[in-house]
Amino acid sequence: MKFAGKPVTWIAVVTVLVVAVAAWALWPSAPEVRAQEQRIAVVDGPRDDQRVTLDASFFPPAGGGKAPAVLLAHGFGGSKQSVRAAATRLAQEGYAVLTWSARGFGRSTGQIALNSPDYEVKDVRQLVDWLAARPEVRLDAAGDPRVGVAGGSYGGAIALMAAAYDGRIDAIVPQITWYDLADALFPDAGGKGPQNGVFKRMWAGLFFSRGGPTPGVGQVPAAGGGELGADQADRPGLPLTAQEVRCGRFLPEVCDIYQRVAETGRATQDAIDTLRRSSPVSVPGRIKIPTLLLQGQRDSLFTLAQADANARAVAATGAPVGVAWFDGGHDGGNGEVDWIHERTAGWFDRYLRKSADAEGAGSPFTVTRDGGRDPGTRRPVQLHATATGYPGLSGASTVPVPLSGPDQRVANPPGGSPSSISAVPGFGGLGGTGNLSLSVDMAGQSAHFDSAPLTAPLQVTGSSTVRVRVRTEAGADGAGTDAKPAGEPDAENGGPEGDGTAGDGEATRDGTAQGKPGGGEVTLFAKLYDVGGGGQAPVLPEGLVAPVRITVPEGGVGEATVTLPAVDHRFDVGHRLRVAFTTTDLGYSTPAAPAVHEVGLASQTLTVPTNPSLRTPATGLTWWTWALPAASVVVAAVLLLIGRRRRADRHDPALETVPLRIDGLTKAYGNGELAVDGLSFTVEHGQVLGLLGPNGAGKTTTMRMMMGLIHPDAGEIRIFGHRVSPGAPVLSRLGSFVEGPGFLPHLTGRANLELYWKATGRPRQDAHFTEALEIAGLGGALDRAVRTYSQGMRQRLAIAQAMLGLPDLLVLDEPANGLDPPQIREMREVLIEYASRGRTVIVSSHLLAEVEQTCDHVVVMHRGRLVTAGPVSDLLSRRASGNGSGSRLEDVFLDLIGENA
Amino acid sequence: MNDVNGSRTALTGVPVGGDHGSGSQGDGSAAGYLARRTLPLAVEFARQFRRRRTLVMFGLLLALPWILVIAFKVGSNSGQPGATLRISDLATEGGLNFAAFALSVSASFLLVVAVALFCGDTVASEASWSSLRYLLAAPIPRDRLLRQKLIVAMAYSAAAVVCLPLMALLAGTLAFGWHDVRVPGTGETIAALEVLPRFGVVIGYALVSQFVVAALAFLLSVGTDSPLGAVGGAVGLVIVSNILQAVEALGSLREFLPTFWNTAWLDALAPQPEYSGMVKGVAVSVAYSAILVALAFRRFRRKDVVS
Repeated sequence: MKFAGKPVTWIAVVTVLVVAVAAWALWPSAPEVRAQEQRIAVVDGPRDDQRVTLDASFFPPAGGGKAPAVLLAHGFGGSKQSVRAAATRLAQEGYAVLTWSARGFGRSTGQIALNSPDYEVKDVRQLVDWLAARPEVRLDAAGDPRVGVAGGSYGGAIALMAAAYDGRIDAIVPQITWYDLADALFPDAGGKGPQNGVFKRMWAGLFFSRGGPTPGVGQVPAAGGGELGADQADRPGLPLTAQEVRCGRFLPEVCDIYQRVAETGRATQDAIDTLRRSSPVSVPGRIKIPTLLLQGQRDSLFTLAQADANARAVAATGAPVGVAWFDGGHDGGNGEVDWIHERTAGWFDRYLRKSADAEGAGSPFTVTRDGGRDPGTRRPVQLHATATGYPGLSGASTVPVPLSGPDQRVANPPGGSPSSISAVPGFGGLGGTGNLSLSVDMAGQSAHFDSAPLTAPLQVTGSSTVRVRVRTEAGADGAGTDAKPAGEPDAENGGPEGDGTAGDGEATRDGTAQGKPGGGEVTLFAKLYDVGGGGQAPVLPEGLVAPVRITVPEGGVGEATVTLPAVDHRFDVGHRLRVAFTTTDLGYSTPAAPAVHEVGLASQTLTVPTNPSLRTPATGLTWWTWALPAASVVVAAVLLLIGRRRRADRHDPALETVPLRIDGLTKAYGNGELAVDGLSFTVEHGQVLGLLGPNGAGKTTTMRMMMGLIHPDAGEIRIFGHRVSPGAPVLSRLGSFVEGPGFLPHLTGRANLELYWKATGRPRQDAHFTEALEIAGLGGALDRAVRTYSQGMRQRLAIAQAMLGLPDLLVLDEPANGLDPPQIREMREVLIEYASRGRTVIVSSHLLAEVEQTCDHVVVMHRGRLVTAGPVSDLLSRRASGNGSGSRLEDVFLDLIGENA
Repeated sequence: MNDVNGSRTALTGVPVGGDHGSGSQGDGSAAGYLARRTLPLAVEFARQFRRRRTLVMFGLLLALPWILVIAFKVGSNSGQPGATLRISDLATEGGLNFAAFALSVSASFLLVVAVALFCGDTVASEASWSSLRYLLAAPIPRDRLLRQKLIVAMAYSAAAVVCLPLMALLAGTLAFGWHDVRVPGTGETIAALEVLPRFGVVIGYALVSQFVVAALAFLLSVGTDSPLGAVGGAVGLVIVSNILQAVEALGSLREFLPTFWNTAWLDALAPQPEYSGMVKGVAVSVAYSAILVALAFRRFRRKDVVS
């Protein structure tokens, strides 16, 4: 293909490029938001006497004017810098955003009081006061700004607590946060509350260390906030006091409580009261504003159950509640930062800006599901299944799944080690966004009960429940107690010694377990596995476990209904559901004393919650799916229409009987050299015309233009008065053989001629095959594939093809090439005979003697121009009269083209 | 102007039409000539059919499923399937699974080559044989010649894309039986009769997703005398597009690459068929091919045929 010499093409390309660059340069970029650093002094404390300076950043709304405000809180261990990116995005969307480092974090002064109503909540009330005084903030009333609060984890809890204590707050979006901090840290899946709960020691330790004196090495991965420990207050190089190393920046009361419970592994009433004062559970009915709860599915710290409890509490007041389970949480996952932002902004648009567009608020219940992989990137795709209502963890409906399995003995290893692993707090990021399962169950520590392979897929959405029965082995030598160390006093048998052997001064991890005479407590960790077929390892969805502490009377049987972790998980066909109970888990405090328990099912049924109304919305077709093909069809139509060359035929009746008239014909090559230059001549009826000229004279180009293959630059060709253009109907009266034969090599000569004639669409009887084949004279070779033909055979077949239909005008280019003398002679006779029947023949040839014998007229061309034209006899006689002797055409020709000088 | 009618020879005395084989019609054409009757589809089919490359390509496409069957029979002691079931792990589950597998392994290249061959060769080979000029001088109007050739080339391409999965279905059913379909990934089964119409959609989509290759090959075919150049150019486009597809920095721009959605038909064989990817694929495919075909026609109209 040649691209040069088409200015139109280049202009089009340049235009497109210019438009693209201009569009790129002028495309409206996000408005710039400049943060204003603020130091805001507040007074808090139970007696309102503690002065604290909060380090804050104010982001004025990008659009200017008075806008609703958003308080954006950070997670535990973070600072106002952690939420800077999120704040900028909200400000770009027209909100006045205030971020601050909570007391005890970042460059703010004061001590951490765990979102206490006496401390942090009072701080937020004063931040609302501060916002009310800003000229950029829209007010509902004097001193009452239109304001929402959003934040993740620690920041999510302050959003809930502030909403409970400050009626001026209009909407909140708490993420991955708690309803009851005591329950989150001392969970009991048996439902007996934190007093009976199992201490989540690793998370609690990490949580506490976040507020410690020095920034930790790792960081708590919290998808909502993205805490960074980088902004810890610069401290002078003074040695830390004992209090500082012990409690860091915690309020001493909070620190003391932690130290106590972490030592014993049991929640004291005091601790529960303190933790609950910092939890929405302590303010029932007081959160009465629109609340969007975004909770992570991969979160072993603040589980979906915490968001569920918050949702029920807020919904009880009649306020609108949205719940979303996204792919994220304290244990990692995707995080879905963009989607979280969209939902948050949508919620505030709806309830702060009162935007009429209710779509922005989203569905009341959304669950992020695995949407397979992107066909191109092969990255996981998140789909958002929505339902019109939030049914809670027990699901919109339940499915009973029969479980089977004998009662099994499990051992509690001494010291609780080695322990099974479900999730490793603080290291959820190790698994990345993939579904890497860290789950390990130690041998001898686990009892499991399987369902039959599923015959239909089962989508679990919520917390399954199962009733379990536990018996503590009386005999220490029961099967499966291999974990019991030799030589140690029999812990279970004696009962109370279990605690005593651990030593009074040492910290046992669960001092009271196994310690009561006349019975015991059994700590188990319930898990719901997805067991695939073949060699696939069982999958623990989201790495979640449900700890349960079951009281067993002496010699009796303890029973409990265990609420398994809330998950949204699809069990595929052929997979089994497996409920497993282990005696240990790395993240929890477990009894140190060795023991053996017998675990069985009290009821052989697992109650599985489902929510069939959760549907992945059929994503409407992206606009370009219809716009792109439509636009391209329009472009294609334009390309076709403007590409038309319409030239009227303008038949000239005066030339009806003139086979060929060429007038001013000009054609230039690509390099500008003229192949044909102002050529004009006429061929009359019945002539056999010889077209003569040296190589490059333009003979072939002229013939191609006669056939409509080449567009002339100027001038015209008329055949029987009809102008020649590509595909002009009059060409059907032209038979041609130009620049060699053109056949399909895989077909026979006969098939070639027949298919050619069929391609013309003309009636078969008009072809005169017999005459043509006679001219070809191929005999039996006619039924051989053309690729086997010699040059001469192809030549004769091509001339026969040109004569098919006995055209009124026959154009032959070098017809004698490759023919032997008898055939040349025969050809000569054919042509003369052909013309004698009233048709016209034009022959180009180098064989001047041949032309002399065949043609009655000649046209001589040289360098694209006509040199002379006329009857052969005239030319010969002209020269003969010049030098007196008889002459041959060759001499005349050489004279004419100036080579015979 | 120097006319040659200065003298009259004996031949000029013959009256016009006296011994004429053909009369002429109003538009100056020979009797019996009608532009809309030129190059009937049947003729073009016959012209192309007996070509060796046509027969070899179809032979290959029809033999491939049997070769795959033999390969699976010979290497039946494959190792443990991986964590997720791939389409190749399930190929021996039954005829439909086998056909899906055969399509998945051939769609990315073999069918591309087949389509590029039928569409890229069609005009360029005529040019290389010099037969193009005789067809045009017959005369077959250029638009009509191109249209008929495009229809026939597309028909051959469609036959190629259809015959492979159908033969695979036959071979797979004979070799592995007629069973329900097991879905890659989850291993669920779908009733065979439920999948059969979806399989039709899959084959249709596999064809539509080759439109860009077909159109580009056709455009190149119009522009060059070298059939190999046209075929290679179109295949080269697929290769370049596949490479660009791997550049994740391009983000969602890659959705507009002509090959991006080529595997979207797998979504139709999921337990819950998902068609949005296929719709996008069709949109992209149609968009590119419409413009490329229009360019081919425009180019051919203006072209000086010098081959």
